[in-house]
Amino acid sequence: MTKIAKYVLYDILRNRFVMLYTLFLLVVTFSMFSLDSDPGKATLSLLNIVLLVVPLVSIIFTTIHFYNSYEFIELLLAQPLSRKTIYIAEYLSISMALAAAYIIGVAIPMLLLNFSESSGYLVMAGLLLTFVFVALAFAASVSTRDKAKAIGVALLFWFYFTLIYDGLILYIIYSFSDYPLDKVTLSLVSLNPIDLARIIILLKLDLSALMGYTGAFYKNFFGSSLGVIYSILFLIIWTLAPLLLAMRRFVRKDI
Amino acid sequence: MIIVSDVNKRFGKLEVLKSVNVEFNHGRSYAMIGPNGSGKTTLIKCILGMVLPDSGAIHVNGKSIANDWSYRNLIGYMPQIGRYPDQMKIGQIFDMIRDLRQDQSHVDEDLIKEFKLDKMSHKRMHTLSGGTRQKVSASLAFLFNPRIMILDEPTAGLDPVAVEIMKEKILAEKNKDRTFLITSHIMSDLDELTSNVIYLEEGKILFSDTIDLLKEETGELKLGKAIASIMKRNLKESERV
Repeated sequence: MTKIAKYVLYDILRNRFVMLYTLFLLVVTFSMFSLDSDPGKATLSLLNIVLLVVPLVSIIFTTIHFYNSYEFIELLLAQPLSRKTIYIAEYLSISMALAAAYIIGVAIPMLLLNFSESSGYLVMAGLLLTFVFVALAFAASVSTRDKAKAIGVALLFWFYFTLIYDGLILYIIYSFSDYPLDKVTLSLVSLNPIDLARIIILLKLDLSALMGYTGAFYKNFFGSSLGVIYSILFLIIWTLAPLLLAMRRFVRKDI
Repeated sequence: MIIVSDVNKRFGKLEVLKSVNVEFNHGRSYAMIGPNGSGKTTLIKCILGMVLPDSGAIHVNGKSIANDWSYRNLIGYMPQIGRYPDQMKIGQIFDMIRDLRQDQSHVDEDLIKEFKLDKMSHKRMHTLSGGTRQKVSASLAFLFNPRIMILDEPTAGLDPVAVEIMKEKILAEKNKDRTFLITSHIMSDLDELTSNVIYLEEGKILFSDTIDLLKEETGELKLGKAIASIMKRNLKESERV
């Protein structure tokens, strides 16, 4: 498994798209910290970009890469290897490549420019988001043979989690504003990996006061170390669930 | 030895294989012939475990291939279209596959040398022409001296010199108690290379026996003409029905 992953990883790291992605993250990180003298604000601006770009790039790149390596997967399937091995090796190599891009582009410069707890959490959140969205892309890719359709499904995931989901939550909060919704919104947030990542950092940056009553409630919950563990746990579930569902499908799929 | 028993496969509404029964024995080479879309590649992919049959079973050397992957140690496969990771070098592809195979006692690098691939092992896959990629696929298939060789259109896209190298290699290996399964649309090639013929049409096996018998039956001297006369006969029969 690690043998395949090693070679595929080498191939992806030389990919121009991944290099551009790394460069883009580097430029953004440096410009955020040089434009803003307050490192807290810079981290916040960076957070917004990370939450938008990391999921988008992870899900689109993975889907395209999966279809481009279809014939290569065929070649591997003709070798004495189990399908699970091939699947996990593909997942590992893609997520490691994108994680490496993120570490070089965001983590290293940010920890050099502003070494703080919130920076550490931003690094962690970005990495976890990468793993979640690569897994979601695998789920989209194995479900259909049509590349365009899979990219459509992948984009829909991204739209859903970045735009549509927020709207739905707002709608629910407004329509049921007469009821105590703390616990409900808390559980609704767990259903969106991007929100989970956002909330950890917002609370670490101590901007939760801006989020009003629910913000205070979240701080109560998420601000504690238990809350951080809770959200990390949910992000891991968000990685494993689509990954394992897609693996079950891949094992039975006609290539 | 490969035994395919009563294999059915449908993709959506399309029935690709209709209760296919066929045996491939050691020491023989089989030509698989049929019009485009007759199910040749699907049958090959079933044997390789890439496509899972809806019903029926496939046994390789007496063991069922369902939920097993170790039997693929015995198989060398050359696909119709070989595509490899763009940024990988030719040498790395060979290194990788060698890494993945456990049994490395008899490595056969004849084709790599004959196709002069060792001299361009630093070239990246995306810079290669379709023909060169075919050469890589062919060399990979022969690399581990497998008992069973499955070649899906091995000569398509190769230049005349490479075609001759390929054919000579197959003829040389044929005598070593191997099973060969070759699909092609070039009848003269198959006439030279194979001893048995399997004729597939619309997912059914219409003929499966030795080439000599087929020629005798149809009174033709060449495989191409013999197959053509079988096709015509089938056409007439279907018109009568």
